[in-house]
Amino acid sequence: MKVHLSRRYWFAASHRLHSDALSDEANRETYGKCNNPYGHGHNYFLEVTLSGPVDSATGMVCNLADLDGFVHSHILERFDHDHLNLRPEFAGIVPTTENLCVVIDGIVRRGFTQAHLHSVRIEETMMNSFEYAGGAELHP
Amino acid sequence: MVYLTRKAEFSASHVYHNPAFSAEENLRVFGKCNNPNGHGHNYTLEVTVKGPIDATTGFVVDLKELKEVMHREVLDNMDHRFLNKEVAEFSGPQALIPTTENLAIVIWQRLAPKLKVAQLHRVRIYETPDLFADCYGEV
Repeated sequence: MKVHLSRRYWFAASHRLHSDALSDEANRETYGKCNNPYGHGHNYFLEVTLSGPVDSATGMVCNLADLDGFVHSHILERFDHDHLNLRPEFAGIVPTTENLCVVIDGIVRRGFTQAHLHSVRIEETMMNSFEYAGGAELHP
Repeated sequence: MVYLTRKAEFSASHVYHNPAFSAEENLRVFGKCNNPNGHGHNYTLEVTVKGPIDATTGFVVDLKELKEVMHREVLDNMDHRFLNKEVAEFSGPQALIPTTENLAIVIWQRLAPKLKVAQLHRVRIYETPDLFADCYGEV
């Protein structure tokens, strides 16, 4: 039987929501406080969900040590305590949490081969969260 | 269609060990979870059922009945137990390894046939706040 396995991580990063396609006034109107030129930060909580059959020899969808190792080296070390706007992954992309989901989903989907990535979910604050399943519908 | 989730907690111990593996392989694959004396967790179980709202009661399901089924089929049998020795699916010659993934499947298989009051949608089991498994009964 298929199982979804989810692991939570967190990292702290700063960002500024600003689109080069908009005027300064339109940026202020669209993004409000998030357009502050000096940026601001969040503690992002990241949930990575893998899905697949359970290996009968190990009882696992995926060895957590492998997932933890990948997420630490490819996501947390990359974004933790950094300014998202200055990262190459966000060149020309506004670092909203929507886009952060898409970027992280892409990194994990391309690089982590031990199990199938179902989705990523990011809590920007306790009040809002975003989920992305590589463009597919989220729930079975 | 409305989805309704009931939460419960239980505490249990377990050990990850595959008798077909060598001692070194068990340690390599399962790490600290292979400690032969076992270790425990406070598990949080979330059972989500779905169905239309009954026009008379306004319920999708009578929560009392759902709670009773969860207790009878899962909690009475697993709470304060050593899963590898005291729970049928995880002991004996055909034992599954009591990972979070297998717990989700076992709990689904126990609940699905017994839930007459509504259709089981999802079993979610948290081993810790940072690790959980979901079973939707997908083959």
